[in-house]
Amino acid sequence: MSSVAAWVRRHPILGFFVVFAIFPWVVPYKSLAAQVLIYGLFALGFNLLYGYTGLLSFGSAAYWGLGAYGTGIALAKLKVTSLWLALGMGLGFALVGGAVVGFFCLRRRGIYFAMLTLAFAQLLYFVGFHLADWTGGDDGLRGIAVPAIGLGSWRLPLDRSVVFYYFTLVIVGLAVAALKRILDSPFGAVLQAIRENADRATACGYDISRIKHLSFVFYAVFCGLAGALDALRLTVVPIESLHWSTSGQVVIMTLLGGAGTFFGPFVGAATFLVLEDAISVWTESWPLAIGAIFMAFVLFLPKGIWGTLTGGFHGR
Amino acid sequence: MPDISAAALAAQVFTGLVLGGIFVLLAVGLSLIFGLMTVVNFSHGALYMLGAYFGFVLIGRTGSFLVALVLAPVLVGAFGLVVERFLIRPLYGRSPDDPLLLTFGLSLVLVEVARLIWGKIGVTLDPPPALAGAVNLGFTYFPSYRLFVIAVTAVVLVGLWLFLAKTNVGLVIRAGSRDPMMVRALGFDVGRIWFLVFGIGTGLAGLAGILAGPMRGAYAEMGVTIIIESFVVVVVGGMGSLLGAVISGLLIGQIVGLTTFFAPKLAEIVVFIFMALVLLFRPSGLLGETGLME
Repeated sequence: MSSVAAWVRRHPILGFFVVFAIFPWVVPYKSLAAQVLIYGLFALGFNLLYGYTGLLSFGSAAYWGLGAYGTGIALAKLKVTSLWLALGMGLGFALVGGAVVGFFCLRRRGIYFAMLTLAFAQLLYFVGFHLADWTGGDDGLRGIAVPAIGLGSWRLPLDRSVVFYYFTLVIVGLAVAALKRILDSPFGAVLQAIRENADRATACGYDISRIKHLSFVFYAVFCGLAGALDALRLTVVPIESLHWSTSGQVVIMTLLGGAGTFFGPFVGAATFLVLEDAISVWTESWPLAIGAIFMAFVLFLPKGIWGTLTGGFHGR
Repeated sequence: MPDISAAALAAQVFTGLVLGGIFVLLAVGLSLIFGLMTVVNFSHGALYMLGAYFGFVLIGRTGSFLVALVLAPVLVGAFGLVVERFLIRPLYGRSPDDPLLLTFGLSLVLVEVARLIWGKIGVTLDPPPALAGAVNLGFTYFPSYRLFVIAVTAVVLVGLWLFLAKTNVGLVIRAGSRDPMMVRALGFDVGRIWFLVFGIGTGLAGLAGILAGPMRGAYAEMGVTIIIESFVVVVVGGMGSLLGAVISGLLIGQIVGLTTFFAPKLAEIVVFIFMALVLLFRPSGLLGETGLME
């Protein structure tokens, strides 16, 4: 196991594509595989903010939900026929939401930040709930018709689970490569400097509030892309997309896998979803099980699964 | 817009005062724990829920609301002590995010345990028979139980203030929130003070729970929304400032109460809009000191 882990660590993007090209053929069913990819991307975005920049957000549902509703509204209400335009609208929603909420939340540092992100996500939840004409309110947004993607005259329908999986793999893979590029850039190095010692980073001449805000916007866009893909996967956007429990899920997934490690989010998402699938067969009390597992990880395994395997950095 | 009579408006102000009292009890507990230990207790809402269910069980067993009103917060506080000793204490010296994450996990567990024990549908708590009716305030009739909640909140807050301001233990607690290193250097066992404060803070959450029970019933998810609103109260008041938490709790109680009256659809979001405004114009909160835990 650890030699596989070491190889994936050396060749992250190639490793990602190889592992996830095989992945659907080793899990019980293919929709679970697509779910792992999408939630892994969600956790990847959260990890950029928490694991690398050191900002704990409890409001990720806001951007996941904005991405999902943006894409869903484009397809179901505005009858947009281009998939790319619909995805773009989801990303736009998440970007604007992240820019505005990030501005407010970053006015307070440290532990306040977590509470503020949670509060603003709750605000968006209630807004989504009451704007039922656009969001479907309590019933969720229904009637999302996923258009085929066109390459010249050739049309590829996404309604088959294998096709949808590999479409998702390409999009998520591009996002992973983009994140790698961000982290390897000087900007990525400054993010980690802020996590380690914000005062020293300021003393080095970096405008850390601007950099944190930018990191927040990137986080929102990654979460939004994941939410948009999930809207395509489910062809419905449930109101729970904006619920605080969705924010909690991504926190749990990331910490299970290992915050501040590159692939921890995917390992965590896979662990979470496979466990949920297995445990829900036996008992209705899945939150009890995952809550207890999560507490045990915080207490005894703060590096998470991937962080422990690779000896990666924990994030503090 | 409904017909606005002065009497109805005044009744709404009292309703806001009751809600504000519950906010204050929760926010003061959160703020006390945060100010001293820099621990954000995410499970505060779950402990509020436990307070209501403990009240339900104790009223059934003893037949006395007053006995339950005293015992339920004590039991919740005792449970808080166990949590501090075995779950929070191992995390001291680690990032302040870790206790927040841990208590988040704990709140998931507690809500699910409550569902298993008391079922998915909530239960109702009966107010004591003596407080079942309404009182004539001169301009309107108001449920006596709600007046009782306002009175209990006021008494408890005054008691807490006397404890913190006039006793030696209170002095050490206040000193500990200013400069724990110095308090330790003077020979006090800071760990024991934290233990005690966590018990008091969680006990206040239990008290808020049993007080809210007869008005709202007890159900497993009852703490979820109110914990988020209590965070807002604490942020608006200024983290770690007890007086700030009291003022902000009463203010937000009024804002919610009056919005429910004039524009019910906005009642759920007005709290957050108010928070955003405070953040814009006074980022450290109404009475917050800048720099604490930043």
